[in-house]
Amino acid sequence: MSWPPVRRSGARRPEREYEKVATPKKGRNASAQSKPGRSLALILIAIAALTGGMFASGHTKPRLGIDLAGGTSITLRAVPEAGNESAINKTNMDTAVSIMERRVNGLGVSEAEVQTQGRDNIVVNIPKGTNSEQARKQVGTTAKLYFRPVIATEVAGGKGAANPSPSPTGKPSDQPSGKASDKPEATDKNSASPSATPTTQGRAVTDALKADATPSASASDKPGSSPSPSGSGDTAEADANALQAKYAALDCTNAKIRSTVGDGVKASQPTLACGKNAQGQWQKYILGPAEVDGTDVDKAQAVLNTQTGAGWTVTMDFTDAGAKKFADITGKLAQNQSPQNQFAIVLDGDVVSDPYVRQALTGGNAEISGNFNQQSAQDLSNMLSYGALPLTFKVDSMTTVTAALGGDQLQAGLIAGAIGLALVVIYLLAYYRGLSFVAILSLLVSAALTYTLMALLGPAIGFALNLPAVCGAIVAIGITADSFIVYFERVRDEIREGRTLRPAVERAWPRARRTILVSDFVSFLAAAVLFIVTVGKVRGFAFTLGLTTLLDVVVVFLFTKPLLTLLARRPFFANGHKWSGLDPKSLGAQPPLRRTRRPSAPVETKEA
Amino acid sequence: MSKLGNLGARLHRGEIGYDFVKNRKIWYGLSILITIVAIAGLAVRGLNMGIEFQGGAVFTTPKNISVSVSQAEEYAEAASGHDAIVQKLGDGSLRIQVAGIETDQANQIKGQLSEDLKVDSEQINAELVGPSWGEQIANKAWQGLGIFMVLVVIYLAIAFEWRMALAAFVALIHDITITVGIYALVGFEVTPGTVIGLLTILGYSLYDTVVVFDSLKEQTKDLTKQTRWTYSDVANRSINSTLVRSINTTVVALLPVAGLLFIGGGVLGAGMLNDISLSLFVGLAAGAYSSIFIATPLVADLKEREPAMKALKKRVLAKRAQSAAQGGTEVHDEETYADEPEDAAPAVVGPRNQPASRSRGRGRPSGKRR
Repeated sequence: MSWPPVRRSGARRPEREYEKVATPKKGRNASAQSKPGRSLALILIAIAALTGGMFASGHTKPRLGIDLAGGTSITLRAVPEAGNESAINKTNMDTAVSIMERRVNGLGVSEAEVQTQGRDNIVVNIPKGTNSEQARKQVGTTAKLYFRPVIATEVAGGKGAANPSPSPTGKPSDQPSGKASDKPEATDKNSASPSATPTTQGRAVTDALKADATPSASASDKPGSSPSPSGSGDTAEADANALQAKYAALDCTNAKIRSTVGDGVKASQPTLACGKNAQGQWQKYILGPAEVDGTDVDKAQAVLNTQTGAGWTVTMDFTDAGAKKFADITGKLAQNQSPQNQFAIVLDGDVVSDPYVRQALTGGNAEISGNFNQQSAQDLSNMLSYGALPLTFKVDSMTTVTAALGGDQLQAGLIAGAIGLALVVIYLLAYYRGLSFVAILSLLVSAALTYTLMALLGPAIGFALNLPAVCGAIVAIGITADSFIVYFERVRDEIREGRTLRPAVERAWPRARRTILVSDFVSFLAAAVLFIVTVGKVRGFAFTLGLTTLLDVVVVFLFTKPLLTLLARRPFFANGHKWSGLDPKSLGAQPPLRRTRRPSAPVETKEA
Repeated sequence: MSKLGNLGARLHRGEIGYDFVKNRKIWYGLSILITIVAIAGLAVRGLNMGIEFQGGAVFTTPKNISVSVSQAEEYAEAASGHDAIVQKLGDGSLRIQVAGIETDQANQIKGQLSEDLKVDSEQINAELVGPSWGEQIANKAWQGLGIFMVLVVIYLAIAFEWRMALAAFVALIHDITITVGIYALVGFEVTPGTVIGLLTILGYSLYDTVVVFDSLKEQTKDLTKQTRWTYSDVANRSINSTLVRSINTTVVALLPVAGLLFIGGGVLGAGMLNDISLSLFVGLAAGAYSSIFIATPLVADLKEREPAMKALKKRVLAKRAQSAAQGGTEVHDEETYADEPEDAAPAVVGPRNQPASRSRGRGRPSGKRR
């Protein structure tokens, strides 16, 4: 086959096109070319702003994932009840996440994070320093939600006593404890320690415990199920006293104590519990046996009640059995004095709400009103719904990484990145010489942007840098460098066709731009699909790849191109110095052509 | 700019070049052969699926442990009742794999191991995987692959045309088959890291193909208006003119991956870095090959079946036959201008027209350019 000699035709055609095209577009071209400084300034300002933001927010390092920092990562998969596959939906998964978050953080871990991934996975990341065994147990078990009558409650400060009297208004019972903390004097008056000394209140509580234990046991038709009511009155009293003593000693402000307070207590036994009140203080409770449990709740919703002006409320619908039980307990509670007219909603041993009851609620539904805002109402309704969640969770994978290994892996990743970057830089230097400085600077800008964004995205969207993400960043060096290569090769092609540097830089740009956009789009598409569809480590990888691809476009448009435009004005590059990487001779441009173009060069400069 | 720069210039002007399209049958044959070997390897040997795909546990002990590999293997088998594989890693730590156990058992085994090995159990890294987890990762990966392919084919069909989309698709399948086949044949362990690497190849392989297609699209814009070149000629020229870029891109992409592979394999011994970079390395090489040798010739093949292109080819061949019959200098003038019929008036008149003979000899020694 004859090989097409394109040299002459190739040299001529674009020339013509250029003149043809450039004239009508003169305005645009001129503006694009005359303001390279503006783009450069823009991107430098962006870097400065991001760096500033990074230091201002105090997050100067990207948050590290479990595999780099050490810790435990557990992946759970939701398993729906048979025949109820639609139970895996966003609402249910979100509810489950919020419940697990509570549990894991109940262990006293501050930075544990729980997120959904994909459709039916929940990932729990617990940083180092936590007992992974305990964490796994906490996360893997099904939540227990109970409604228990309140027998006594008080704010659990270090000194721990407060006035438990409720306010008579329609406010929730949390309120009085706030009052109490406002008036610390009330403590003394009200017999601060109900346990040791048999004060009136202490006795009343003991009586209540006795009184409450027995009927509840009979009501549930299982007299033998719990030891305390089945025994004699003396045993019940002894148990009650023991509980009293524990109650007095209970310090709810201590996370460790809090996480174990209700452990091992059966639903049919009275128990101690902790909960946060509306003022954010820890409050401790003695609670009677569970009267209603989470599976009795059919549905719970946060509702903005505009009719009564109660603001955000939480409504509950009970199942048929639940409605009956709930009517019974509220009927009983309504006759009692405060705080014994309250019931506590206990999730996994924590009191999440303790509304009081004014009358028997027999309708099969109930409304909890109080100082809710939208968020707190939704949180409560989520928790209430959890008891009714038709989902169980199965541990699919669990990874425990010691801090030592995490550190090693991070170091290895960084070294690999450094080696990769160095190799790329050396290759670029050898091949593009002077031009490679544009590429290296662009890579540095890209690296700076990536780093600052990663550091800022940590707190902003919970991004954590894991090992695959580091890999993604290293692989992205290639993609980023490729954009420069596409552009540089275009510029060199233009020079080979006999153009001087400045028009070559401008002419090469629109074509290189299109190629870069099209290919980056494909790369970004791959990253986006991976991020949405997959689970686990793949996501970290996809995220960095997508982020760096976007940044690549930004850097090429706002940095590489303007920088090259500016440098093209320097004699070192414009005259095609031997080391500039743009020497027309060594690129194989046609000397006669260059001579012919020379006279017309000023014209192009004007255009530019 | 040395030899490579010259090479680039000569490729650019079409002075030298490899006729990828004409020899496409050789490359198709080669690819089909590799693919058959890959599929056969996959069928016969199967993939060496890592622990993540079977369910089980991987424990990694701290460095400088005194227990020997065989001893650790005994301990692990005693503790689990299953076969255990123990490797010594580059940094002196032991990697103990026990397959086929449930996540609950794994915790007991870990406790037992920490006693036997006399290491604090919090110092042992553990990766416990339920039996369905790997399957799930793989399923999701396939799902992602499917969605991505559909989207990208649609995108390429819109941005370019369906023939290119189809060719890119074939090239992509080709890359993935080769990579998977190599894994089967060599017996590398398949882990989630491998899957990540494989999925990345998707984007990268296409990235490369897209750049060649972009140049092809640009060069074939006004193809039917001339009678000098057939589609295949132009396709060939596109490949050759982007060849330097393709080589550079591949080298620049492979260098960091090679760095990863070196560190991941050499220093850490095994793990995520190694797995990702290994599959990337294989896949990138296959991707560079396929975008040049498979995707573009395939587009040319498909294009040549189009009636317009057939007609063009006929015209071109007729013209060539005619000029061959006439012979002489006329041919060369034809050659010079024929591909730009609208380009009647040269932009720069003068010296350019005179050395018409310069461009004639494609066989001319290249030294003449200087």
